[in-house]
Amino acid sequence: MPKLTVNDIEVDVEDGSTVLHACEAAGVEIPRFCYHDRLSIAGNCRMCLVDMERAPKPIASCAMPAGDGMVIRTDTDRVKKAREGVMEFLLINHPLDCPICDQGGECDLQDQAMGYGLDGSRFSENKRAVDNKHMGPLISTVMTRCIHCTRCVRFATEVAGVPELGAIGRGETMEITTYLEKTLASELSANVIDLCPVGALTSRPYAFTARPWELNKTESIDVMDAVGSNIRVDARGAQVMRVLPRLNEDVNEEWISDKTRYAIDGLRRQRLDRPYARGRDGKLHPISWDEALKTVAGKLGKAKAKRVAAIAGDQCDAESMFALKSLMARLGSPNLDCRQDGAKIGGARSSYLFNSTIAGIDDVDALLIIGSNPRVEAAVLNARIRRNWLATQMPVGVIGENADLTYATQWLGDEASLLDDVLSGKHKFVAKLKKAKRPMIIIGMGALVRADGASVLGKARQIAETYGVVTDKWNGFNILHSAAARVAGLDMGFLPERGGMDVAAMAAAAKAGDLDVLWSLGADEIDYADFASSFVIYQGHHGDAGAHHADIVLPGAVYTEKDGIYLNTEGRVQYANRAAFPPGEAREDWAIIRAVSGAIGKSIGMDSLAEVRDALCEAVPHFAMPDQISAAKWAKFGGRAKLSSQPITSAIENFYMTCAISRASETMAECRRAQQADAAGAVAAE
Amino acid sequence: MSIDDRIAADQPKTFQFTAENEKEIKRIIAKYPKGRQASAVMPLLDLAQRQHDNWIPMAAIEAIANRLEMAEIRVLEVATFYTMFNLKPVGKYFLQACTTTPCWLRGSDEMMRCIKDRYHIASGQTSACGRFSLLEVECLGACVNAPILQVNDDFYEDLDYETTGALLDSLEADDPLPVGSVTGRSGSEASGGGTTLAAVKSGKSGKSASKKRGSAHA
Repeated sequence: MPKLTVNDIEVDVEDGSTVLHACEAAGVEIPRFCYHDRLSIAGNCRMCLVDMERAPKPIASCAMPAGDGMVIRTDTDRVKKAREGVMEFLLINHPLDCPICDQGGECDLQDQAMGYGLDGSRFSENKRAVDNKHMGPLISTVMTRCIHCTRCVRFATEVAGVPELGAIGRGETMEITTYLEKTLASELSANVIDLCPVGALTSRPYAFTARPWELNKTESIDVMDAVGSNIRVDARGAQVMRVLPRLNEDVNEEWISDKTRYAIDGLRRQRLDRPYARGRDGKLHPISWDEALKTVAGKLGKAKAKRVAAIAGDQCDAESMFALKSLMARLGSPNLDCRQDGAKIGGARSSYLFNSTIAGIDDVDALLIIGSNPRVEAAVLNARIRRNWLATQMPVGVIGENADLTYATQWLGDEASLLDDVLSGKHKFVAKLKKAKRPMIIIGMGALVRADGASVLGKARQIAETYGVVTDKWNGFNILHSAAARVAGLDMGFLPERGGMDVAAMAAAAKAGDLDVLWSLGADEIDYADFASSFVIYQGHHGDAGAHHADIVLPGAVYTEKDGIYLNTEGRVQYANRAAFPPGEAREDWAIIRAVSGAIGKSIGMDSLAEVRDALCEAVPHFAMPDQISAAKWAKFGGRAKLSSQPITSAIENFYMTCAISRASETMAECRRAQQADAAGAVAAE
Repeated sequence: MSIDDRIAADQPKTFQFTAENEKEIKRIIAKYPKGRQASAVMPLLDLAQRQHDNWIPMAAIEAIANRLEMAEIRVLEVATFYTMFNLKPVGKYFLQACTTTPCWLRGSDEMMRCIKDRYHIASGQTSACGRFSLLEVECLGACVNAPILQVNDDFYEDLDYETTGALLDSLEADDPLPVGSVTGRSGSEASGGGTTLAAVKSGKSGKSASKKRGSAHA
């Protein structure tokens, strides 16, 4: 532990720290452009210069290892002059276009120029101009503004795992570009926009729409995948303008996926802003809330409880699911399910959680992935696996889709029988699992939505128990969900009650004409053709599959328009906050269900969100502990039936369109087109 | 000069190292520890350039990236960093004129003027006949015999307007002058001849007789 003196303050820092860390520990802010906590050290911007005793000239604090007994000064005239010199050089070729630059107001260069900039320029020659580069539909470039900090290059290479960005040329002609100006093929690409300390890389969909000081900033939780990334939602009035990542070391660190960031233009399109009912002509006609409640109450009141069912979708908040569960209980119906994809999970908590926690990935030394493509299903989580792999070269085996996960994998194959081979020890990969101290298994929905999903789960449990994946101190048995609402639904028991039907049974019953009413709470991924004979109540926010087949549409709120509780794939309880109000006559979802229950005359009580939460937390106590994970006890679970010969696949094929919001998003559609065009280009080139 | 100007617009679709070069590549890669094969990127770029008419097509960049298990952009970064790698076709005689301070003080402007008068080309351009390309470069490291003009792999030294003209005449006739100083001095000895006692004793005047003709290699 080196001990340093920074401006006469003594500080102890960890071994391997730099002088910059020591300065921060002493409470001194060091200006920087190229240095970033999560990237390798480049040391090329020279803005972090400090004075070190006995050094002939200022040193770059970001790249200088902290040594015992160093005496650092950051407040001398020489330091100030040196930084002013650096700033003057940076500004030589930087355009004075802050008024038309989207980075304005949140620009590191602008901020630091206030501290170290000259009021005029001594450079009378021509400034250099650089052609803008094409980096796909998300990143807008003004390369003349680039100061060559290379943060974007390091991010793409190290974190995203797509070494496509680089700095070509040298000196005056140096330029940042992608190879042959291809789209940056990463699910995390837009994080370079946050990393860029100047306005060279800015957000293309957000271009010229708002200034940072006009926006209301709300801390919230993302629902595009089951990682539960912490986000900040920036809204102007009723409109969500952008989504930015929020730091949470245990979940998303400071990255978010492109879908999390850019599906938000889908929040404005195809929205259901008033109730609709299907008329005799087979078309949806707008109606009033009174009529809607009356119709729904009439249908539900008349129907036999056993012939009523409810399905919760993938992005529901816990409160609305709990309200719907309460309503079904009041009606006496046992038919409810939150697994619209038919995944064979439920029961013991440890059988459907990411037990090791996401941060636990950092400790793993061997990994087996079954039926999942984490790059697509949980891009931020995948970056963490990659980081571990970069540091340790841990073996990663994959059963299922043979995809490029940005790290080296050993593809075992996609036959389900491989699970038997691994369990019996016949397969070679077993040796690697055995050798590992903290092996991990990740099971994706692709392996669990199969008819024999329960058996796959059972086999995986046996493998985990056999090879030390689960011990007293370590539980590396992990389910990677793809739906943000799933864990909350499972935890509160939004599952068929005794004698109740699951989604498949509901569909079968509907086909046989034995299901009168289906309440779909934002479930857009089920096959509604099966429910043609039922009266379908669709409560949701987008005119997607559910609304198209509904007999009555109750307009609800999207995740940015309501306070809600979400549990991520680890079972971490996270509270999301409202950033804007629902459009038109759309209402918060729990309130709609409450109103219907009143109209039927079977009130569920719970007159405010606080009361819903109280009741929810009473029923499931851990929902009351924000940002906590309640550890799950290991149990015997899973089926023992023979595995089918069907190959194991992964759940998501198209990263950019997985929910009603992202399907409505033009930006996501454009990303998909760019991805397909690049794929077609690659095929043509070969 | 922007990067785009440095890369040829018209690119061959494929590139393959010759069998001979493949052997050489194996020898080069073996020089580096296992897993550090990326260190061989510069010698491989040089091989590709020599094999391919003194310029490196993008197909070669991709071939090298594949070969060394590097990202293509990493190879391109190296190739664009060094002015010695040509990314677009150059003439049979690639003239690299040094204009750094010592050469400039010794009259590199005159040397440049001669080339420009003849072919009306600026740095980075190729003559109308297509046989001569000019590039203004930084120090070639032969300052004692400044000014220097590098023709392909060979240095011509002590040039002025007239001798540059004579050199270009010889190149046009595909019969290049002897490599080295055009004034005939040996190596970097003083222009007036050897001045050390050892040289005086052995009676050498310093004017060496045997001189190798330019290689005219392209």
